[in-house]
Amino acid sequence: MPWGCPGLKMMLKEFKMDLHIHTCLSPCAQSEMLPTAIIKKAKEQNLDAVGICDHNSAENVSAVRKAAEKEGLHVLAGMEICSREEVHILVFFEDDNALMRMQTTVYKNLPGVNNEKYFGEQFIADEYDKVVGSTKKLLIGSTTLGVNEIVASVHSLGGLTVASHVDRESFGIIGQLGFIPKELPLDALEISPRCNTDEIENYRSYGFPLITSSDAHFLSDIGRVFTKFLLSALSFSEVAMAFRGIQGRAVSI
Amino acid sequence: MKLGQIVEKLHLETRVAVDALDNEVNNGYVSDLLSDVLANAGKGNLWITLQIHPNIVAIAGMKELAGIVIINAREPEEETISKAEQEHLPIMVSSMSAFELCGKLYALGLSGTKDDAEGI
Repeated sequence: MPWGCPGLKMMLKEFKMDLHIHTCLSPCAQSEMLPTAIIKKAKEQNLDAVGICDHNSAENVSAVRKAAEKEGLHVLAGMEICSREEVHILVFFEDDNALMRMQTTVYKNLPGVNNEKYFGEQFIADEYDKVVGSTKKLLIGSTTLGVNEIVASVHSLGGLTVASHVDRESFGIIGQLGFIPKELPLDALEISPRCNTDEIENYRSYGFPLITSSDAHFLSDIGRVFTKFLLSALSFSEVAMAFRGIQGRAVSI
Repeated sequence: MKLGQIVEKLHLETRVAVDALDNEVNNGYVSDLLSDVLANAGKGNLWITLQIHPNIVAIAGMKELAGIVIINAREPEEETISKAEQEHLPIMVSSMSAFELCGKLYALGLSGTKDDAEGI
């Protein structure tokens, strides 16, 4: 293992995380992606934490978190925001207030109304997997916010930004913009499960920490790949420290 | 103009929904940004794009487009093909670039969606 930082007083431990999971709120995800079903599968896969990142919405995050608390699994609260350049960016927040403020910004800048026939249902569930509503926002669409604006807004609210599946041409930042704009202060890049070792080395050269996640749209996708975090405890702030490599904390794929 | 006539004259290769080549094409629209197509393309338009992702099928269905031509000899993803099959949405492939293809479409008598393009 690449870990090890002699002389550290604090004990660091490895945590397995799949930080990119959609729920039944995302129109393209299966309706089986319900809170307790997601948590059950994540436990079976021996994950310590999951990231809930629906397209342009966080309306199912609290239900998944409540379901997870009962099972001792940690949830990173997030969204997968689509920029006006059609770049997908995963964003994560420590506190729900900041997450909801970001969701308000996204909703204000997200035109269109969903058409279930073409794009799929957008169910809001409770922590017992009961469907309690749906949203009419066009979640599959793109916001009118640029990549830079999204990163700046998220950082101003204390959140983290990870460019989604950078190896994918569609909706990946390199496919859409040609390269990662200099000075864009992303916190990490996400590599999709299909990326091979050589390609991973290539993405490493951008100088950002790399994570890999399932981008689960089906229950069977959950945990098919995961990222290992070396942390002193399981928390948002520890994950943020790992991205910055603070005091031995680290990320590996 | 029937989609089939365009396919034949410009030697487009139909990858899916050959049975829908009777679709009437009124105008053309070129864009690689899906949100732009959603906002600006119209019913019966032929969409010229380099996008190969399955989402193009949903966009074309919602906008009731006549078909999609993928340029530069790029091939639609497998899932794109299977979704288009379900929707009876014709997807063609051309080895031409968007510029060349549009020039030829204009020469065939097809035009864009904006009236003010006339007379330039």
